[in-house]
Amino acid sequence: MEPRPRSFYFLTAFFILFLLFLYGPTLTIGILSFQGPGGGLTFPMRGVSLHWFRDLFEQQAVGDIWGSFSRSFVLGLMVMVTTVVISVMGGLAFRKRFAGATILFYLIITSLVIPSILISLGVGLIWSQSGLPVHWASSGFGAQLTWTLPFGLLIMFAVFNRFDASYEEAARDLGASPWQVIRYVVLPIIAPSLIGVALFGFTLSYDEFARTLLTSGSYNTLPLEIFGMTTNVTTPVLFALGTLTTVFSLVVIGVFLMVVWLLNRRRARQGSDAGRGTV
Amino acid sequence: MRNNSVIGWLLAAPLSLVLLVFLVAPVAMIVVVSFWGATEWSIYPAFQFDNYEFLLTSNVTFRVFFNTLKYAAITWVFTLLIGVTVAYYLAFHIRSQTWQVALFLLCTIPFLTSNIIRMISWIPFLGRNGIANSTLISMGVIDEPLEWLLFSDFSVILAFVHLYTLFMIVPIFNTMMRIDKSLMEAAADAGATGWQTLWHVVIPLSKPGIMIGTIFVVALVMGDFITVRFMSGSQSANVGRMIQNDIALLQYPSASATAVILLVTVLLMIGTLLRFVDIRKEL
Repeated sequence: MEPRPRSFYFLTAFFILFLLFLYGPTLTIGILSFQGPGGGLTFPMRGVSLHWFRDLFEQQAVGDIWGSFSRSFVLGLMVMVTTVVISVMGGLAFRKRFAGATILFYLIITSLVIPSILISLGVGLIWSQSGLPVHWASSGFGAQLTWTLPFGLLIMFAVFNRFDASYEEAARDLGASPWQVIRYVVLPIIAPSLIGVALFGFTLSYDEFARTLLTSGSYNTLPLEIFGMTTNVTTPVLFALGTLTTVFSLVVIGVFLMVVWLLNRRRARQGSDAGRGTV
Repeated sequence: MRNNSVIGWLLAAPLSLVLLVFLVAPVAMIVVVSFWGATEWSIYPAFQFDNYEFLLTSNVTFRVFFNTLKYAAITWVFTLLIGVTVAYYLAFHIRSQTWQVALFLLCTIPFLTSNIIRMISWIPFLGRNGIANSTLISMGVIDEPLEWLLFSDFSVILAFVHLYTLFMIVPIFNTMMRIDKSLMEAAADAGATGWQTLWHVVIPLSKPGIMIGTIFVVALVMGDFITVRFMSGSQSANVGRMIQNDIALLQYPSASATAVILLVTVLLMIGTLLRFVDIRKEL
């Protein structure tokens, strides 16, 4: 191996600084959430305690965060499943030529770049003018899909761009029906990417704020609840909640990465060459 | 081939349905309502240009639009510089693939956590008695706390860069990984310095990634309202906040008119950027 150029050390330092910038603030509130009962929103720490975490379990201190957490969780799962199914179908659709494919593609891009508040406002207006009650599981659910679906579809486009169609041909030559080709050839090969789509679907929904703002009705999701707290809660209980939801997100990410890793390992062990040479 | 087209349509149907109901219809609704009238407590159907007339003749509108473009431009410069540097480091200086994947994941994980929490987490840093001020004071750089660290344009842009740099890193890294390393060797063999290789070989070949990253950052900053509201302590305005204020006052027609102008602005910007890159080919 040739020796590292000097730029390597400079860039390494830059990268470490960038990681500090990225993670530093989150780590800081992680530490501050263990602030003693008399402590404030910044250092110095006045003792170390679980006081603020305990406060999270008291209704009067923080409002209905557990209710909003469970709503966000359920909504995240709904959005996740829908995103995976629709993205796979959409990805398959774009491999065939159909009239309107270009328009649909530009709609997907629009859905990604449109200012979130327009979705919130527009969906809210349609619901209110037609006399329907806005609810997180109907209008909120749909509004979030306009954010998660573009990511799911972009991932599927990337996957199918690299997909070797000869696997499908081989399956068809062996007499597989179109459905069998998808079920036994395509889906197993793209499975790890689907885990990625699912992860995006869940976490983007779980953290979504702007598109849910006017579409979730009287029952808040967790990000809305947290934002409400920022205006009237000035104690480290805010940090404790932030730490808890961040840890929850990290656990979710960890679980998904673990599943991908296990899938890949099982694939390697069973000696199947499915997917090899396609990535 | 006819059969193929039908299957294509069936597969695309759920996607089309969602986009029709939750993207096309809402935008259409906003366009319609932007011509409506409003009283203090209700809105009524009409076809009048009052909302647009008011917006386009008001100085405030232009100031706020200018401010929004300013945020987008400054954020773009910083995210681009950081994004190119980090992507270049990951793509060309990290030699083992395992490390590459690990460090890349480390850069993307924050994207999957809550933006609001990430904004809140700047408070202990930037506050009047925060870490930044107390460090600077104890180092003797300043005598009294800087007031402009939190709730200012500075903190708004800091938060934007913090939240959205990943959107630059990911696409630029993606295109850099596809650059044929032998091109860089050839440049070096022909006597190019490191800088010359970077400027004449790597950057031009990374343009598609830079364009996609730019599209993301511009769209996110132009459409934002929550970062500006939270990080400026409601002291700065951008278009998103203008819309949100109207909504809070139940002035939906006026909010809709502003939203239409914002949408047209954003789509024109993104449309221009899309001329320089074929997204489907770059994925």
